Amino acid sequence: MSQPPIKQPGSNWRFELTRLPFLYRLLRWRPLQFTLTLITLSFFVLALLTSFLGTPVGNRNFSIIFVWIVWWALVIILLVPALGRSWCAICPIPAPGEWLQRRSFIHPRRRKLWTLGKRWPRRLKNIWLQNFSFLAMALFSAIILTRPVATGLVLLAFILLAVGLSLVYERRIFCRYVCPVGGFIGLYSMAAPIELRVKDIEVCRAHSTKECYVGSEHGFGCPWLVFPGNLQRNTYCGLCTECLKTCTMDNVAVNLRLPGLDFFVAKQRRLDEAYKAFIMLACALAYSAVLLGPWGVLKDAANFASLDGWLIYAAVFLAFNLLILPGLFYLTTLLSRKLGARGEISARAYFIDLSYSLIPLGLAAWIAFSLGFVLVSISYALPVIADPFGWGWNLFGLRDMPWTPIAPGLIPYMQVPVLLGGLTFSIYTLWRILGEHGRERLTRAALPPAFFLTLATFGFLWLYLG
Amino acid sequence: MTQRSLLLAVLSTLLALAALLIPLPAVRPRPQQRQIHLNARMFAFEPGSVKVNQGDTVTLVLHSQDVTHGIYLDGYDVNIKAEPGKPAQATFVADRQGKFRFRCSVTCGAMHPFMIGELVVGPNLPFWRAVVALLIVVAGSILTLRSAAPQATPHVSASDQATR
Repeated sequence: MSQPPIKQPGSNWRFELTRLPFLYRLLRWRPLQFTLTLITLSFFVLALLTSFLGTPVGNRNFSIIFVWIVWWALVIILLVPALGRSWCAICPIPAPGEWLQRRSFIHPRRRKLWTLGKRWPRRLKNIWLQNFSFLAMALFSAIILTRPVATGLVLLAFILLAVGLSLVYERRIFCRYVCPVGGFIGLYSMAAPIELRVKDIEVCRAHSTKECYVGSEHGFGCPWLVFPGNLQRNTYCGLCTECLKTCTMDNVAVNLRLPGLDFFVAKQRRLDEAYKAFIMLACALAYSAVLLGPWGVLKDAANFASLDGWLIYAAVFLAFNLLILPGLFYLTTLLSRKLGARGEISARAYFIDLSYSLIPLGLAAWIAFSLGFVLVSISYALPVIADPFGWGWNLFGLRDMPWTPIAPGLIPYMQVPVLLGGLTFSIYTLWRILGEHGRERLTRAALPPAFFLTLATFGFLWLYLG
Repeated sequence: MTQRSLLLAVLSTLLALAALLIPLPAVRPRPQQRQIHLNARMFAFEPGSVKVNQGDTVTLVLHSQDVTHGIYLDGYDVNIKAEPGKPAQATFVADRQGKFRFRCSVTCGAMHPFMIGELVVGPNLPFWRAVVALLIVVAGSILTLRSAAPQATPHVSASDQATR
């Protein structure tokens, strides 16, 4: 294996993990992704069956416990912070559509693809759809998270949509532009200490065949419609490693790096991604109040106790996500622009740039929120393994395991360092982004958005400890 | 990172840890006996939030208004359940400060896992410690970054800005 120096623009320290022979061979082994996806798909099918056929009691039903507690904890607490988009590589939802499209499970075949191969409309080539699909789900979250049938309908809709889109459009359009979960995984994967990148960008420029994008007998063209030579951020790379398999120049690597480098790729910042950062932060705050808070009136409203109540809840929820939180932050960026004398950049571009500083705090907030219910409810997992449908089975003798919250008294003491760590990371990100616009009056420029970040963190601390 | 900024980073981390962990002399009001009646209904407790002082002897009386509900109090190992018309109670000494959630411990319906209330044992020092740590972290981060050497910002260029 050749080891040319990595020439990523603006790179800091990196360690090329694919220099480790075992890992290199493993990632190039074609059945790897299929095998792991088969495992997740079997869980997915069981979740789908139990959601429709099992007990309607959420905490006795496999679908609720394994989708919203076990899977959720795995993704938001472990996989995204440590391995970025790795879940997307083994996600079962796009798999049937992709296999159907390719007419193959593992190896590329020289056969016509089963898809109309249409291009995704240009004006939808952003994550606004993902933002709105996530918000739509979030509005009904109290229902979806607690009713197996609602969970089943969502899962079924996802897989049908993924299959349908793969039959009409090229590659993984569902993952890239539609999946509500993929939107925030992509955003937060920018903070991860793992990346897939080309080793030397000049090699890609000089190489005309570009098997990484069009595919070859060794692998498929990038399912995510990404040309690895242009890859500077994790946001839209699904870590499927097809490019690692197809590159004839051995120019693709998986690297260990310092977390969060992607935040500083200035030219790829966009309003749709900035809004995703607001939506995620706002939802973490709202969920912490509605689901973990003591206010019955909020729970009733979110739980559709009355239509009027829900409509008011929906209006306030959407306003908070789309207007209030972004609006408040916009005001701080206007103040920052004025105090920092950064009039040469437009207010819009400045707002978009600084919005990326919310991402680390948002991720920390989701981890803190998830700790608040995952540790308390994870013990439901054992009884539902024994009796996934709630039909009275007792596999492995685990059915009567009592509900046992794990260290509930210590949860706030875990949430505080997570939130403070996220805030520190956010302030660092803010500082570096501000530095892109000049070193003058940096402290003054940083104070208003730093105040916003501090206030948001205070809000979480108040909800969890106050 | 300069030596000065490294020093500031270490100092602010230590200060934040100290704010969170160093024992403080507690100023406690005279302990009292308190009886608190909690009404449980799907999927909320009323009152949802209860405040007592550290050292108080607290008797929680749980009244269920619709189906069987329970209370599991985080950090205190209190677990009782009440059927409609049959209140249940538990007595304990609130000897630990902070906010402790109490949750329904008997599956009572769809939103059961989120049927949560809170007991605040004052003075709520853990919260105020966290707030002080928050302020230290903010001030420490800004001072550290301010004193760090300027970093090159290779990704942004005039043409990048122009295109946006």
